[in-house]
Amino acid sequence: MPIGEWFNKQKKPTPNNPSLEKRAVPDGVWEKCKGCNEPVYIKGLEKNHKVCPKCDYHFPFSAQERVNHLTDPGTFDELWADLSPEDPLHFVADKAYIDSLDIARDKTGLNDAVVCGTGQVNGRQVAVGAMDFGFIGGSMGSVVGEKITRLIELATDDRLPLIITSSSGGARMQEGMISLMQMAKTSAAVARFNKSGMPYIAILANPTTGGVTASFASLADIIIAEPNALIGFAGPRVIEQTIRQKLPKGFQTAEFNLSHGMIDMIVNRLEMKQIVARLLDYLEPKGVAQ
Amino acid sequence: MKRFAYDFERPLVELETKLDELKRLESADKQDIAFQIKYLEDQIQKLRVRTYSKLTPWQKVQLARHPERPRTADYIEAIFTDFIELHGDRIYRDDPAIIGGFARLGDTRVMVVGHQKGRNTKENVFRNFGMPHPEGYRKARRLMRLANKFKLPFITFVDTQGAYPGIEAEERGQATAIAEDLLELSALAVPVIVAVIGEGGSGGALAIGFGDRIIMLENSYYSVITPEGCASILWDGGDGADRAAEVLGLTADNLLKLGIIDIIVKEPLGGAHHGPALVARDLKRELEKSLKELGRVDLAELVEKRYSKLRNVGFYHQETGLAKTLNLNTLTSE
Repeated sequence: MPIGEWFNKQKKPTPNNPSLEKRAVPDGVWEKCKGCNEPVYIKGLEKNHKVCPKCDYHFPFSAQERVNHLTDPGTFDELWADLSPEDPLHFVADKAYIDSLDIARDKTGLNDAVVCGTGQVNGRQVAVGAMDFGFIGGSMGSVVGEKITRLIELATDDRLPLIITSSSGGARMQEGMISLMQMAKTSAAVARFNKSGMPYIAILANPTTGGVTASFASLADIIIAEPNALIGFAGPRVIEQTIRQKLPKGFQTAEFNLSHGMIDMIVNRLEMKQIVARLLDYLEPKGVAQ
Repeated sequence: MKRFAYDFERPLVELETKLDELKRLESADKQDIAFQIKYLEDQIQKLRVRTYSKLTPWQKVQLARHPERPRTADYIEAIFTDFIELHGDRIYRDDPAIIGGFARLGDTRVMVVGHQKGRNTKENVFRNFGMPHPEGYRKARRLMRLANKFKLPFITFVDTQGAYPGIEAEERGQATAIAEDLLELSALAVPVIVAVIGEGGSGGALAIGFGDRIIMLENSYYSVITPEGCASILWDGGDGADRAAEVLGLTADNLLKLGIIDIIVKEPLGGAHHGPALVARDLKRELEKSLKELGRVDLAELVEKRYSKLRNVGFYHQETGLAKTLNLNTLTSE
């Protein structure tokens, strides 16, 4: 054996580093973790709320997974699920907006990028919403703006604590200014909600940027982020193009936002429900009158 | 001196330059020259109409960004009297990309706030090309609160490509600063009138860009994203801003049709910089008219009306059968 080949042989993965070999396993059983690059057993991952058991990396959660994860079993009642987007600008680029919508519907089983409803957190009735990044990047157009606004109004009228998990690239380009105005609409609803004295907890999941960060998602009484979530106004690519330099490591992560005072805490998904429940306990509108 | 011109304006500017040269020419044959001047003037007039009367959305975006276009400070000077500028966010610094202060519109005392671009390179660097940092939005919020406290109508001028996308802006909470402006503005118990005079770029414009009346100058634009930003997402190169401007529906005409804005103020052929005094006069008239109408409304009712106006923005329908019913709590292990 020539000596070169001997060296090549040595570089082959050893049992201690199974990441390359395990990829041969049929699809749908293992998934490679983006955090530690190790394969994780999908069934185990799902039991662990899609948090990597090895490195705590948070895999994306769908909107359904989020509301189910936060609320007590059997308590979540979805509202306004049949609200569906239109195409007011007849937006056609390389792909028509209506085609993007169809693809997103098929992929997620949702009519748009947010799931809203009521449910219970450890027995306490709440209004809860969760965005789905899988639906056109969780972008906010008419339907998302309308459903979020309705949810905030419901919480205001029925005096319910409000919990919204965001995961969004921002306002939805394909609905133009109508999308931008949803930022004002949802923020206006929060302004009215604030008079009710009820609490609003925002959970920011990866990623939360643009018009969602710059509206209702940043207007909560308590803001929580999932570990390592990207949170900011402008996307990193836009910033890099503007300032023409590489961004520092860790820029716009949850940790960056925590150290700059933009969020209250970073909470691991596995502890999220308990933290929310504990917070709600402090956020009773009774205050000193209890 | 070479005049600033966009590509689509170039043939016109060439003719105009020729005319200027001709006028300067000393010639023996005065009559011949006079004839030529007359001829050129006719041609120029025709070309001007052809160039500017059917502008594409992208050409309007270009006019909205024209370096000679009147800025917020120009309109404040032309429309109001007794302007007293106020500075600072009381937290970090004074952001020169947003200006504001007390002013009088006729006899009415008001609060004016607007994005401010520079007139030249030096001033543009100082004013960051009208792209605010969080401090700018926090200053705007301070002035909103001041207006609310002293019941001064709040008038804004929108002219920004967007909130500045930079490291420091993110570190100091650009998103929160904008969100808090939206919340504050939605609940101001005074009339809120917005004039989009140039660029209405995304969230950075919206922060001071909605209210009881939204007026747009004919060649201004208001958009969820800049055409360049949209193009770079759609076509991944940054080319195609003209196509993006087309699909985004960002012109005043289109936004009036969609019910997003209320009033359009006409501009002279070629844009506001071809007749700033005229545009200021017409804009003033609209501001006064809006202010008068809104002045008749009870302040609490004004806030309600603003809310229902926002509440109605959106296009959607009920779709039955498409939505998959939620598979309840399949993941909750308790």
